[in-house]
Amino acid sequence: MTYTFGLDTFGDRNSDAGGTPLSHAQTIRNVAEEGVFAEQAGVDFFGIGEHHTEYFPMPAGDVVLAAIAARTEKIRLGSAVTVLSSDDPVRVFQRYATLNAISGGRAEVILGRGSSIESFPLFGYDLADYEELFEEKATLFAELLKGGPVTWEGKTRPPLLNQDVVPHLESGPFPAWIGVGGNPQSVIRAARLGFSLALAIIGGPPARFASYSQLFRRALEKFGRPPLPVLVHSPGHIAATDEQAKAEFWPHWRDIIALMAAERGFAIPTDESFDRETGPDGALYVGSPETVAQKIAANLRALEADRFDLKYGMPGLTHDQIMTNIELYGRQVIPRVRELLS
Amino acid sequence: MSTTTAPDRFAARPGGPPLAVLGAGHVGPVIARLAIKAGYPVAIATSGDPEDIALITELVIPGAQPRWAADAVADADIVVLAMPLHRFLDVDSGLLDGKLAVDAMNYWPASDGVLAAFEDGGSSEIVARRLAGSTVVKALNHIGYHELEDRARPAGAPDRRAAGVAGSDPAAVATIAGLVDAMGYDPVGLGRLRAGRVLQPGGPVFGAVLTRPEFELAVGEEARSLT
Repeated sequence: MTYTFGLDTFGDRNSDAGGTPLSHAQTIRNVAEEGVFAEQAGVDFFGIGEHHTEYFPMPAGDVVLAAIAARTEKIRLGSAVTVLSSDDPVRVFQRYATLNAISGGRAEVILGRGSSIESFPLFGYDLADYEELFEEKATLFAELLKGGPVTWEGKTRPPLLNQDVVPHLESGPFPAWIGVGGNPQSVIRAARLGFSLALAIIGGPPARFASYSQLFRRALEKFGRPPLPVLVHSPGHIAATDEQAKAEFWPHWRDIIALMAAERGFAIPTDESFDRETGPDGALYVGSPETVAQKIAANLRALEADRFDLKYGMPGLTHDQIMTNIELYGRQVIPRVRELLS
Repeated sequence: MSTTTAPDRFAARPGGPPLAVLGAGHVGPVIARLAIKAGYPVAIATSGDPEDIALITELVIPGAQPRWAADAVADADIVVLAMPLHRFLDVDSGLLDGKLAVDAMNYWPASDGVLAAFEDGGSSEIVARRLAGSTVVKALNHIGYHELEDRARPAGAPDRRAAGVAGSDPAAVATIAGLVDAMGYDPVGLGRLRAGRVLQPGGPVFGAVLTRPEFELAVGEEARSLT
């Protein structure tokens, strides 16, 4: 089995060493540096997730990915995720097809229904429609990826009649995934529409998602589709020792989850919950390279997954701490996971 | 099948009374698995064809029966409402007549958008008004679906957590307290459905996973002020 390893960011706003937040503009420039450095460190994929908030100022990740594409050769570049429900699938396709052209075929896209929901009011969508919006738009996106003129009609955007959508793809569809947070019906949808499966596991024991991989594979068979990969996306932070990684990550994790708790229904983190989530059965990959490598290897096995994406950073971490994280992930964790799984 | 004579119409029977879980999204499968583990016979249904969830049931909820909603409800004593709240508005209000309905749903505008029908009052009270022929208990709504299984513990475990059960019918509250207990939580009864407002988003226990003393401390005064 061939495994691939990625890094994802939400454009988490950096702070300086004294704890003062950097500007949004500087944070965005830092993300571009991080993407370039990820390639040098040996990472296979760099993903940017769409967010529209003060602490995740990253609404146009595809523009940053284009900057990274111009300065790299091999690393694959994609969204993680694109909130498709509040975007136009034709525009999303065009932006990532353009990124695919610029990067010589290195673009990917992970489509989400929208667990970060700030884009809905921003662009005038009703959250109560999120299921219909995603179902229709994912269906249209699957059509666009096939290439060639598209005919489509639905309720969420104007119809397309034999429409030629440019730019044309040079060498067939680019990889496209659907991000799933825990709804098994979303797993079925990914299989039905022919998308790969991205499992976002941000809390609780990752092994409970093993049945989702099985469900995805069985559903692909049922729909007569060839096998498609499964990726696991989880947050984490790597430093020289477990203690250092936890000490760096914990205050920022606590603060951001507390801030989002009311909106997202998260429990406010405690010392106890943090210990559980950073332990062997938790969803956070925080620790030394060896600790994190063991955990990634164990969960790739348990979940029968092909790819692991570490969502690195957290609002309030410094650019230096993040660059160290990227270096340790690329130079130590990834080779060690490959060794453990070989 | 259900009879209408109070108060033992919800009495436990060997294996537990049959349960229908309506909803196969984030929440429904988790509640169904915990109920199956607790020994209850469980059917699961969506608004559509059971064939659509056959594979989900086989792999993600082994032991449950995928059925049409009307059939699952007809054969159940307890019906767990685990669909998104806006989908509940599409449910035929007579479907659950004579049943004990557990409202595990939440009205959560920040996350799911504004629903005019739920803007005024406790969401379970509004659910109960729409289900006039049913007995409604609010439970299993305030612990996140991603934590509900992970934190379940058998009775007597030192790290067992509490879960609220709010309803105005004491026999119904006792039955659902028994379900919650068997699923792995210390049930804390709140003597009126209206008191279940403390379990809602924005309330003192929503999203928190508390021990019984912590839970009672958190809801205590507010529960009293509402009842």
